[in-house]
Amino acid sequence: MTDELIRAVALADTPARMVMAVQNLAAAKDVAAIPTLIAVFGYNNPTAAAVAVAALTELGEVAVPQLLTQIDDYNYGARAYSIRTLAAIADPRALDVLIDAAATDFAPSVRRAAAKGLGSLHWHKLGFPESQTASQRALETLLFISQDPDWSIRYAAVVGLQALVKIPDLQQLIRARLEEMLATDAEKAVRARVQLAQG
Amino acid sequence: MIEPSEEQDSVENAPPLTPEQALANLQSSDLGLRYYAAWWLGKFQVNQPAAVDALIAALEDEADRTELGGYPLRRNAARALGKLGDPKAVPGLIKCLECSDFYVREAAAQSLEMLRATTAAPALMQLLDGGVAEAVQIVGRPHLTQPYEAVLEALGTIGATEAISLIEPFLEHSIPRVQCAAARAMYQLTQNSVYGERLVKILDGTDLKLRRVALGDLGAIGYIAAADAIAHAKVENSFKLIALKGLLEHQLVEELKILSLSDEAIRVMNLMDSLL
Repeated sequence: MTDELIRAVALADTPARMVMAVQNLAAAKDVAAIPTLIAVFGYNNPTAAAVAVAALTELGEVAVPQLLTQIDDYNYGARAYSIRTLAAIADPRALDVLIDAAATDFAPSVRRAAAKGLGSLHWHKLGFPESQTASQRALETLLFISQDPDWSIRYAAVVGLQALVKIPDLQQLIRARLEEMLATDAEKAVRARVQLAQG
Repeated sequence: MIEPSEEQDSVENAPPLTPEQALANLQSSDLGLRYYAAWWLGKFQVNQPAAVDALIAALEDEADRTELGGYPLRRNAARALGKLGDPKAVPGLIKCLECSDFYVREAAAQSLEMLRATTAAPALMQLLDGGVAEAVQIVGRPHLTQPYEAVLEALGTIGATEAISLIEPFLEHSIPRVQCAAARAMYQLTQNSVYGERLVKILDGTDLKLRRVALGDLGAIGYIAAADAIAHAKVENSFKLIALKGLLEHQLVEELKILSLSDEAIRVMNLMDSLL
């Protein structure tokens, strides 16, 4: 059954048929569909990709290992969808990939998705003391990219920091950095987002 | 796909300069070095008086010419002066609106817009002479008789309400991008939502490049009613974020270093968050 749905994705010869085929495959909610859904990120069909993101996010943790290993290093559009999906699933095994993407990717869309995701991973799944060092590393990355020349990266860093502030040990550093950004950031839009984060 | 903020890649491939070197290079006998230096001073916003003066002088350069009679150094100098934000450049840029080189006129109009040069209104209006009937493609060139998009946008941004009757006919120009520029200017000059909605409608169209143009225009005019349409447009997130940033900035009022966040501003930020 799923095999047929997978074949239909491969055979789709128009953008509209592709969307339809991916929707049908997504509805099967079958782990066997995971590699095909990830491959859809590379087809330059934003509607189909959005369906695949939603489907993989719903499958959740079981999709994480393949999402991590099948990131497309040569197509930043596809990579952004992978990072967005990992961020939405929020499995902390994605930490290293998200840190790499946020700090070193050349594509702003990838970096923004990673920055947002770094704030909201499910840290408790790691157990102690790993959860502590992991969230600390996420914080360091977000503090670093909160100084990026690109306003949209700083904006995304603020969104990440706002989510991370729920961790008591990190609050003091986050609040101090937000204060600093409010006082010094050249972009009104970034300062407004800082104010929203400060509540 | 292009992402607007990726242009810095090209900078890393270029020879490194200092402001002093760039200034010296503007007088170099190597025309390529001059051309690059003018661009560099704008890119890195070296707004020292000496740099501004040197760039203003470069607006009258005669040495650097193309086969078709263009003035490459003047073009780059005009573009750079818009980025440096020094009003001293305005008279020289207004003079450039009469230059024989289309691209110098275009760069000057864009920079006059960036400098919010209200005194440029009469000279900009002159470029609309003859109206839509004169606004035709020049045979053998990829552009119209005048840089209409830049001129219309500049008139809108500097608040030249006296130009409304000249601008309005351009809503019916045969080129959609020119229509967009006219709608954008008409909205800025009248605040009538009819013109904002014309741009929103383009977001549903089939032309991706035009959808990007309309996004840019909506961001520039801060048309808040377009927020959801922008967030859902079939355009790369980077363009949507920039447009929503424009909307957000129009919503923010600064009171003694503290911004007041209206419900509309918060709504726009929530949309932006969803696009990360």
